[in-house]
Formats: sequence, C-alpha cells, structure tokens
Amino acid sequence: MKPRIEVVAIDSLMVRLFDTIDEGNMPWILAASQRLRAAFGEHLIDLVPSYTTLMLQSDLAPAEARTRIGQALEGLQPDTGHSGRRHEIPVWYHASVGPELALLAARSGLSEDEVIRLHCARDYPVFALGFAPGFGFMGLVDERLATPRLSTPRKRVAAGSVGIAERQTAAYPAVSPGGWNLIGRTPVRLFDRERDGYSLLQPGDRVRFVAVSHTEFMALGGDDRPLEALA
Amino acid sequence: MRQLRIEASNALCQLQDAGRLGVRHLGVTQGGALDWVAMNWANWLLGNALDAPVVEVALGGLSLLAEQDCVLALTGADLDARIDDQPLAPWRSFALHKGQRLTLRQPRQGVRAYLAAPGGFAGEAVLGSCSTVAREALGGIEGRGEALAKGQALRFAEGAPALREVPEALRPLYPAKPVLDLVMGAQIGDFSGTSLFEAFNSDWTLDSRADRMGSRLLGPQLVYQGAPMISEGIPLGAVQVPPDGQPIVLLNDRQTIGGYPRLGALTPLALAQLAQCMPGAVVRFRAVVQETAWREQQGYLQRWA
Repeated sequence: MKPRIEVVAIDSLMVRLFDTIDEGNMPWILAASQRLRAAFGEHLIDLVPSYTTLMLQSDLAPAEARTRIGQALEGLQPDTGHSGRRHEIPVWYHASVGPELALLAARSGLSEDEVIRLHCARDYPVFALGFAPGFGFMGLVDERLATPRLSTPRKRVAAGSVGIAERQTAAYPAVSPGGWNLIGRTPVRLFDRERDGYSLLQPGDRVRFVAVSHTEFMALGGDDRPLEALA
Repeated sequence: MRQLRIEASNALCQLQDAGRLGVRHLGVTQGGALDWVAMNWANWLLGNALDAPVVEVALGGLSLLAEQDCVLALTGADLDARIDDQPLAPWRSFALHKGQRLTLRQPRQGVRAYLAAPGGFAGEAVLGSCSTVAREALGGIEGRGEALAKGQALRFAEGAPALREVPEALRPLYPAKPVLDLVMGAQIGDFSGTSLFEAFNSDWTLDSRADRMGSRLLGPQLVYQGAPMISEGIPLGAVQVPPDGQPIVLLNDRQTIGGYPRLGALTPLALAQLAQCMPGAVVRFRAVVQETAWREQQGYLQRWA
C-alpha cells in the first residue's frame, strides 16, 4: 500500500489509496483516517474521507504536511477491528413514500416484496458522507436493484426518504432536492445537532435496513405524508 | 448587551464568521465570510478576534436602528452606506448614536460589505460556528440558518473602542479585471494542451448563476481528457470543470465531495477578490504552485499579527 499524495489547494492535499470503488477499501480508509488524525493533531483543519481518497487540510507548510502524511501511513494495515458501528435502520417501504418501488420491480422483473427483501438482505458500508449533513453514501446494492438517477431531480424530497442511485443507496437526512429513486422512508433522525457526533452515520459504519409496517413506522415517530403533500 | 434593530434586510444579509471547520467528514459545508480579508479588517478595527461573527451584506438592502449609542466598523464593498442621510465611507470604525439609522443601499464598488460590532455579533454557535447556511439550517442569530430578518435584534457586547481607519496602503484594491491566483491541482495535466493555454490566457466572464456555493465562469470550452473521477473531497476555491467545459469556482457553501475534474483551487486572496466581483465582471487566472502560494499567504497574514 503506497498512497499517492496530490496537490488540491493551498493548504490541502489528497491522499489517494485506491483507483476503484470497492467495499474492501473501507477498512484501509478508516485506518488511514485514524492515523492521520493522530499524526496531525491540532494542525488538522479538516479530513474528508471518500470512496478511494482522504482530503487533508492542515495549517502546516505543504512540504511538512506531505512528510507527515508519508510517515503516518508507513506500514498501513486495514482496520479489521470494526471500529465502525453497525446500525439497523427501520424503513417503511411503500409506494406513497417510495414512488419508484414499482419502477425498480418492473425493471428487475421482481415483485415489490422481492425488491424490499433484496434491499434489506445485506450490510452496506458507509463509503462517505456528503451532499448534505449526515447523508451517507452506502452500497453496493444487489445488481438487480441498480437504477440510474431520475433524469429530472425532484425539487423536494422528504426527510428520511430512502433511495437508490446506480448501485448506491442512502437516506435523506433532511428535506432537500434529490434525484435518487425513492423506495421507502425511515423515521430515524440521521443528523441531529444535539447528538454527540451530530451524524448517526460515520464513514466506515455499516447499515442494515429493516422493513417495518406502517404501524411500527408511525410508532417510531415517522411522518407518512406522501411526497405530493410535502411538495 | 447593546443592540441594533433590523428595519430592512434580505436573504443576502447574513451572520458569518470564519466558517464551520472540522465537520466536513459529516457532510457539513464550511460556510463563512466570502471576503475573509474584509471580515478580518472589520474585526481588527474594533480589536476583536479576527474571526468574530460579522454581518455580510451582498449588494445592500440592510437598514439598522441603534437602540443605544455604539461603535461599529464597516469594511469591504462601498454599498453607499449612510448614517441617517450622511454618507459613510467603509474601512473605518464609527459611532452610531441611539436613534440613528445605518443603511447600506446599493453597490458603488465591490459587492460585499462587512459590519462588525465590539466582541462580535451574538449568534447561536452550531457545530462551532455562527456562519449562516440556509440550505443546512445552520447558523445565524437563532442557529437555524436564517438570514437577518426585519424586526430582529442584532446584539453585541458593551464597549466603545477608539475610532480608527484601515491604513490606506493596506486596503485591498477592487480592480476592474482582477487576476486570480490558482494553485495547480493534480488533474491539471489531464486537460488538453489547448485548454490549459486558454485557461490561463483567456478572459473569463462571471455568469449571473452565482451564489455562496459557487460561481460559474463563461469562456472557451475546456476539455478534460482524463478518466472519469470518483467523488472526493472538494477544497475551498476549487475550479471544477463539468462536461460543458465551463468552469465553476466552488465557494464556502459548496458540497463537501464531488466528482468533477479540477484545474486546481484559487488562493484565499483570489477568493476574497472574487467575492467583490459582480456578474459580468471579467477575470483571468494565473497559475501558481502550492508552496509559493502558501508562503505568500503566510506573509499576507503578518499584517494582522
């Protein structure tokens, strides 16, 4: 493992570990993140991990930052201790809150129940947070569920909406525009400024979606108003 | 506490500081004053921490009524500021007496003015910052991402620091056609040779599609010849080139990750200059290397040391 270090801005460097998206990247990214945080300490301004990279912004001179990154990542080993957490996220899968559920079924030739079962059938690592606070890019979903983004994004997607784009899946933490195929909604608060760490999901965590009934969804504090009512 | 009553405002009159740092791995945007140089000077005039919360006003439209005697500071764009009917030039601190009205009317030079108060304006710090980000419902007076609103109060500490001006020689210039330093990034070699020549030798016109997330530039079409990119962290000032070949400078309220190739990223001083450019303004890019740009920036910061 010989990471590449690239210039991105006056005070920022990109640490590139991989060239392709793979679930196997995450233990390495996580390990690199921990080592870099320790090595930079209070000199670290921001560290943004993503699928194959970590962007590091620091207050050190570029040459010094580069040296420190090199030293910190020497002999890097993947973090197999599962320091990331595992979350079970309840989802009410239903056409009124997941208008593309039928589309996914039609595309794959599966029943809607089969689509739901496949979406709940595996743990998804959180590759990166981005797009909005607490929005975790997860994957990869079963190939039969892979669906391109909507050609015209919705102006408004309800908070908690669970969607699929290509082979990635995510839940929208707050109302926002969005182009993902929606298949259900979770009552879980994904970003909460009162919570320690703010975001439920952190890069490297794993997520298992669990189908719940409408009754359970409401009991958990869900908002079942259909998309149109929220538009 | 002393306070100003907001009598007129709009979505572009916002509480800002140096931004929300250390939380970008959670998908939280940086935020913060677009013209950090003007923010620093506004705070410097009052002896504040340089990153104390200030009011950023783009284009004007703000009117404030003093409920007590106070001392404030104004820097950045000339937005035809008045105390009652008397013109008030920026780059100085000034007294505003009880019952007097401060208005920022319309741009005469530059785009964004910064108003500071002793100790900084009071706001609800969220995730370590008062910076207003409407999209994320973070920051501002009440912490919910709202711009300053008519009827609200802007509060700040007691204190009447001696009046002073920013020395003329140290005030930033707002040239008609600024040259913006761009730190060359790793993908720069993946643009065509012609595109690289054009990037640094053509005029670029600021599009009207500009906000605190990013600013579009119009000019020759730049062609990226590298492999498609996987989304990765985006630095402040990144000059990204989407498939239409027209670059976008990503600003303080940008998304945290993205997958368009980048020429590189503007320096902090270039970003401060860009923040004072109107749509339709013409700019040029100058390529600089990271180490040189970093040393120049350290030198520039000495003026506040």
